[in-house]
Amino acid sequence: MNRRPWALALVVAFVFLFLYAPIVWLALASFNSSRSLSRISGLSTRWYAELFDDTRVLASLQLTLQLALASAVISTVIGTLAAFGLRRAFPGRGLWTVLLSLPLVVPEVVMGVALLGFFVKLAGIPLGFGALLFAHVAFSLSFVVVVVRSRVSGMDVRLEEAAADLGASPWTAFRTVTLPLVAPAVVAGGAFAFLLSFDDVVISSYLTGVGSTTLPVFVYAQASKRGVSPEIVALSTLMVTATALLLVIGVVIASLRARKAGSAARLA
Amino acid sequence: MSRRWLKANALLTPTGLWLGIFLIAPLVVVVEFSFATRDTGVARAVLPWTTQAYLTALDPAFLPIFGRTLAYAVATTFACLLLGFPLAWFIARHSGRYRTVLLAAVLIPFWSSYLARIYAWKALLDGEGLVNTVLGWVGLGRDGGFLLTHGAVVLGLTYGFLPFMVLPLYVACERFDFRLVEASYDLGHGRTSTFFRVVLPGVFTGVLAGSLLVLVPAAGDFVTPKLLGGVDQSTFGSVIDDQFRGGNNWPLGSAMAVLLLVLVVLVLLLRGRRGEDVL
Repeated sequence: MNRRPWALALVVAFVFLFLYAPIVWLALASFNSSRSLSRISGLSTRWYAELFDDTRVLASLQLTLQLALASAVISTVIGTLAAFGLRRAFPGRGLWTVLLSLPLVVPEVVMGVALLGFFVKLAGIPLGFGALLFAHVAFSLSFVVVVVRSRVSGMDVRLEEAAADLGASPWTAFRTVTLPLVAPAVVAGGAFAFLLSFDDVVISSYLTGVGSTTLPVFVYAQASKRGVSPEIVALSTLMVTATALLLVIGVVIASLRARKAGSAARLA
Repeated sequence: MSRRWLKANALLTPTGLWLGIFLIAPLVVVVEFSFATRDTGVARAVLPWTTQAYLTALDPAFLPIFGRTLAYAVATTFACLLLGFPLAWFIARHSGRYRTVLLAAVLIPFWSSYLARIYAWKALLDGEGLVNTVLGWVGLGRDGGFLLTHGAVVLGLTYGFLPFMVLPLYVACERFDFRLVEASYDLGHGRTSTFFRVVLPGVFTGVLAGSLLVLVPAAGDFVTPKLLGGVDQSTFGSVIDDQFRGGNNWPLGSAMAVLLLVLVVLVLLLRGRRGEDVL
């Protein structure tokens, strides 16, 4: 394994090529002057212009963002609580983990038709934003729990005990010691939940009501007729660029902080 | 009923309620539907109870579809393992900041629209697409490209599910003591034997968890085969979808969904307790 590090690096480079090939292609195609995704005939920014003029796309984008944000906030809050609940062993923890692993492994189509039947037949909840939100939280929750739990279980209990020994109340200890330690995982879990909701096609396609079509469902309906529109390609390019930028900013801030903390430690 | 038990359950209650109402109850409804009679009038399910839907679902005519679905899911899981393991291992061997950046780099492509990514593959795999052109230079091109083949479907599924393999594998690799590899070499084991006797058992929980997260959802996916596959690409998932959206046979769709759920339960049972701490 270590004897040929270049072999591993080569494989990893290939995997990254695989991951980024379609994304780079999308970015190129978003500046294509023709509608085609396969052939780039000339450069233009017309699809970006059309994207910002298309009220239907913008309206469903707004709905999708609101939904993803609401779903991410709810699943992050209750998922983080659950992750803390699973921290120490107790009778019945195994059962909880089985329940929590269900949304991860139940195929989307099964969950979608189940929710459709449930909402239509029994609960009487009209399809639309509410039904979508209930469903999105249900399939995102477990991902938040998995991400936060891996951090919580790796945490050193002695840090919190030390805070208590130094006279901190449980709330102060939680706020000043525990929370900062798990914050990165909570943010990661929240981002994961947002992404899952924002990109969901299958489950949402059963639950959208009149006037509450999410962007992926809208794109899917359009795409089956005449392919993905270049506007969506432009939007995807914008989203990936924005995420990458956010990430770069995050890394820069983290490294600046680390440097500051380092020099403060040297002074002390 | 110790204080610890109470506290843990109190923290878990909101999640439990949410999943109970919006996951377990709907699944129970599906089981109920699967034993109902088809209602041709309003495309729902009505009484009396019957096992007709299961008899239809288990009809030999569906066998090729089941076979194809399973083959896609298993091939996807293996492809994800083959690509995901080196990646997870590589990331885990790096320290601190690089690790975060590499992990994020794995996830960034997924911030684009899923459908746009699939269509990008469609364009790349096309007869005149980039992949065929590049392969053509080295004499591996194929008339008409690679679109509409089984390979294209597995490639699309692998692309879509790779992060779900990489993340649990990464967690397992991170916990793995890399000095064991050195020790194994020192004790005279070769590369193959070190991999199968030291590395693989060491990260096995991650392999299990990742395979679970890929296998079953891939078996239910129908959008990818529909968009990248050839003429007859119906899968388990697309048949279920048809019953609810087009065919209007809810009991049949429900019975098939229940069969897929049985697969879920079987895989969960097979996993046993070993994968529990990763998932």
